[in-house]
Amino acid sequence: MADSLAVLIIVSTIASGIRLATPFLLASLGEALGQRSGVLNLGVDGVMLLGAFGAYYTVLQTNNPYYGLLVGIGTGLVLGVFYGFITLNLRAEQGVSGIGIYLFGLGMSDLLFQKFVGTPRPILPFMPLHFPVLSDLPIVGEMLFQHSIIVYIAFGLVPVMSFILYKTTYGLNIRAIGENPEAADSLGVSVMATRYSAIIIGNGLAGLAGAALAIELGIFQQNLTNAMGFIAIALVYFGAWTPTGVMLGSFLFGLVQAIVLQCKTFGVIPRSASDLAAMAPAIITILALVVVAKRFKQPAALTKPYVRGG
Amino acid sequence: MKRSYLYLAAVLSALFLLAPSSILAAGKTLRVAIIAPSARNDLAFTQSIVDGIKAIQKERPIELAITDGTFVVEDAAAAIRDYAKKGFDLVIAHGSQYGGSLKEIAPDFPNTAFAWGTSADTFGLSNVSSYEAASDEGGYVMGVMAAAMSKKGGVGVVGPVEVGAAKLYVDGFVKGAKAQNPKIRAKVNYIGSFSDVALAAEAARALMASGADVLTGTSQMVVGAIGAARAKRVPWFATQANQTELAPEIVVASQVYKWEVVLKKILADLDKGIKGGRKYQINLANGGIVIEFNDGYKLAPKVKELGLKTIAGIKDGSIKTGNK
Amino acid sequence: MGLLQAHCPGAAGTNVKTNNIQLIIRLLIPLGAVLLALLIGAVMLLSLGADPVSGYATMFRAAFGSLDGFSETAIKSIPLLLIGVGICIAFRANVINIGGEGQMVVGALLATIIALAFPALPSLVLIPMVLLAGAVGGAFWGAIAGALKAWFNVSEILSTIMLNIVAVQVMNFLLRGPLIDPAEVARGTAIPQTMRLSSNADLPILIEGMRMHLGVVIALGMAVGAYFLLWRTSMGFRLRAVGYNPDASRYAGISVPKNVTAALAFSGAMAGIAGAILVFGSESHRMVTDGSSTGFTGSAGFNGIVVALLAGLHPLWSIPSALLFGGMLVGANALQRAAQVPSALIIALNGLIVVFVVSSEYFKQRMGSAPRVDDGPDPIEEGGNNG
Repeated sequence: MADSLAVLIIVSTIASGIRLATPFLLASLGEALGQRSGVLNLGVDGVMLLGAFGAYYTVLQTNNPYYGLLVGIGTGLVLGVFYGFITLNLRAEQGVSGIGIYLFGLGMSDLLFQKFVGTPRPILPFMPLHFPVLSDLPIVGEMLFQHSIIVYIAFGLVPVMSFILYKTTYGLNIRAIGENPEAADSLGVSVMATRYSAIIIGNGLAGLAGAALAIELGIFQQNLTNAMGFIAIALVYFGAWTPTGVMLGSFLFGLVQAIVLQCKTFGVIPRSASDLAAMAPAIITILALVVVAKRFKQPAALTKPYVRGG
Repeated sequence: MKRSYLYLAAVLSALFLLAPSSILAAGKTLRVAIIAPSARNDLAFTQSIVDGIKAIQKERPIELAITDGTFVVEDAAAAIRDYAKKGFDLVIAHGSQYGGSLKEIAPDFPNTAFAWGTSADTFGLSNVSSYEAASDEGGYVMGVMAAAMSKKGGVGVVGPVEVGAAKLYVDGFVKGAKAQNPKIRAKVNYIGSFSDVALAAEAARALMASGADVLTGTSQMVVGAIGAARAKRVPWFATQANQTELAPEIVVASQVYKWEVVLKKILADLDKGIKGGRKYQINLANGGIVIEFNDGYKLAPKVKELGLKTIAGIKDGSIKTGNK
Repeated sequence: MGLLQAHCPGAAGTNVKTNNIQLIIRLLIPLGAVLLALLIGAVMLLSLGADPVSGYATMFRAAFGSLDGFSETAIKSIPLLLIGVGICIAFRANVINIGGEGQMVVGALLATIIALAFPALPSLVLIPMVLLAGAVGGAFWGAIAGALKAWFNVSEILSTIMLNIVAVQVMNFLLRGPLIDPAEVARGTAIPQTMRLSSNADLPILIEGMRMHLGVVIALGMAVGAYFLLWRTSMGFRLRAVGYNPDASRYAGISVPKNVTAALAFSGAMAGIAGAILVFGSESHRMVTDGSSTGFTGSAGFNGIVVALLAGLHPLWSIPSALLFGGMLVGANALQRAAQVPSALIIALNGLIVVFVVSSEYFKQRMGSAPRVDDGPDPIEEGGNNG
């Protein structure tokens, strides 16, 4: 009896960690792609917020969460084009223009919400999928096969991204440009076009992350993301710029959050220390990075604008 | 200046002689300002005070200015000072975190009346009134009903940070649940944030997984928890405002604040020239706290009856809800 | 790296090599970028049903139209300037400090603890002590990130973001528990705030009847001090050398890890002082939390970055830049009160200003195609700089 309860708790904690990790994972994958091509985007959180509002408003109007996802991605893509223009054509400082995008998204999403919605109204969230057989499996079923579609999209993107980065010419180009744009350019790879594409896709994923968050929660409010986008950026460093690493980082962060919640629920962590426990994900992320960081280096051309012959 | 006062006094006394008192009250447009931490239509804390003033506006002319979304405490302080300088009759600092600032500002404006909530302290100043909600009472009623509804013997609370009004409500809820069923497992999860919606949703899920089959929660992040509860059709008790429209299928009842009850008293004081120094509270007995049941939720008549009985008991004083 | 190049017209009194026309162009372009952003803001105001002309007039009047308004603007600018100055120092050493929020909080906490511990000390002793405590607290929090970067290769972007999260929870824990006002416990209201701190630690008001306090002078002093640190001391030389070319610095015998840590510590110290000033110059003269860092800092830890960048990462140019953004914030609050325009508009507008100003760099470099305006003697000959 006690054993089965323990199993139940572990299962629900892992499932919870997976859900919490999903928006981080989507945003981190996008950010990783951009950084791999040599472009840092600190504006992820702003893009997520606008994507979240776009998705929320769409679902509110159409009652179709899938339209919401599309609008979320679309919002991200548009912002990606904008960000590409600023950082690639105008060669604006990347760290800073990203913060500009963040502030813009933070204010604008709130403003749009107040103008077009006002009082928070719930939207139709995704329902957990039900796979025949798989979802009904004991233990594994609840842990892995009872999530909403967005969880599978996020984790499914990991191998896709790995494949693109490591097995296709396009991926090779991205990595080459992130390390040594001059060399790639001399071999006939268009630095501009490749970086543009990486940024646009990356922002699209950030928009998707926001959409996933809003639809999964079925609500929007001011600063819905609560600085998740910044954590997503940190997780890219944590994951050493690889899709698998980013996935592990996101999952670890989500899992620690879930474990802390679970411990609080069972009173393992006394209420007087609940704030201290809330630091755990951040501290563990730092510690984990201390262990692994020495082995990895960031893309050499990260944040450096490319000027031919410059 | 002096002459205009004389003139005013003459007109007022003339009115007083000629007119019934209701017209007297309607004579002057009061200027009232509200400074609040979240959005005016947040379906929660800020909306409750705005709705309170709006209810009074139907009875007497009030010019209302709102500075909402002021979660930066210093910005709120600047707004309080600015409204006082502009000659507003009543400045309402609607946030317990604003009190420290108000204590320093109010003495600079002895002719302005201030109200501060939720709190029970007027700093001994004659131009500051305080108002608070006995949210432990509503919490207690809901705790009783939740414990009666629970089939698994567990109820759960999603809380923000263990402070102030949130703590009051949560403690009341737990006390009520234990009173109804001493064996109940009442689990409280303070997530460490007022705004992290995603974490709130997972906290609700963790509580449900641990065997809580009736939930409640407080602060702006609960919208996430309500969503999670809704997905599993777990009944939810709401507080601060009627949150039925957030999840009509699961919201059993909402503790709603009717701040007009104390605002009317504060305005009546003002009419008499009393600018503060008094402490007010809304509670079930004075009608400032109302438990609004969701007619769309099929609540077992026995549970509802129990809830109404508890309300009556708190009103007549036979049930004690607080820790004090 | 683009960041290390001067973004702005030459600094007061140093090496200005450009002619006047180019100087004017370089001045006008960022201003044009700000105007363009404001123009878009006007469209947004219109769509919200507010008159943009009177809206902006309200903002300007509130921020700069009266001595009172200017006093508010100056107060609002203090944390922005200090954070901006800290960012200047960090960026010169090629370190991105996104941890201003957390460093402000930790600095404020340590300063608060000192004030609670020694309430009876005379102002002349207590005020410097609490400011120093703020600096130490912020420097400590910054140095953690610095050390992690220097010796463990942990990106400061990651560590400062995480340390911000940690700082907020430390604040909530302390203000809810050990530091809480005993009266709150006695009353059972449990508002997470300290008691009113010793009035000996109140920052003195500069002009009778106005709120402008000593913090303004301190912030200005720090800006000047940072300028001297960076360009008039060997410490500053080393910081910039490490930022400009770590390999050459190492070769020249300068310790890169030590200087990276020092840069983040200095940057954190500025933030910590800002945090302390926010406490002792506040209306409430106590520390209070709404559970988030923003409720205390007003996002100055982020906005200050913008201030530094608009100033071309120069401590002295950060002064007018901080006043501009401080004025915008004061104006925005006034606009909200006067026309019920959500202050979210101004956050969005700030974002646009940042983006446009940073982007305008491109035009500045093309149109004022002069030799780069220098803002101080360079530590190492800058050759082969592109873009």
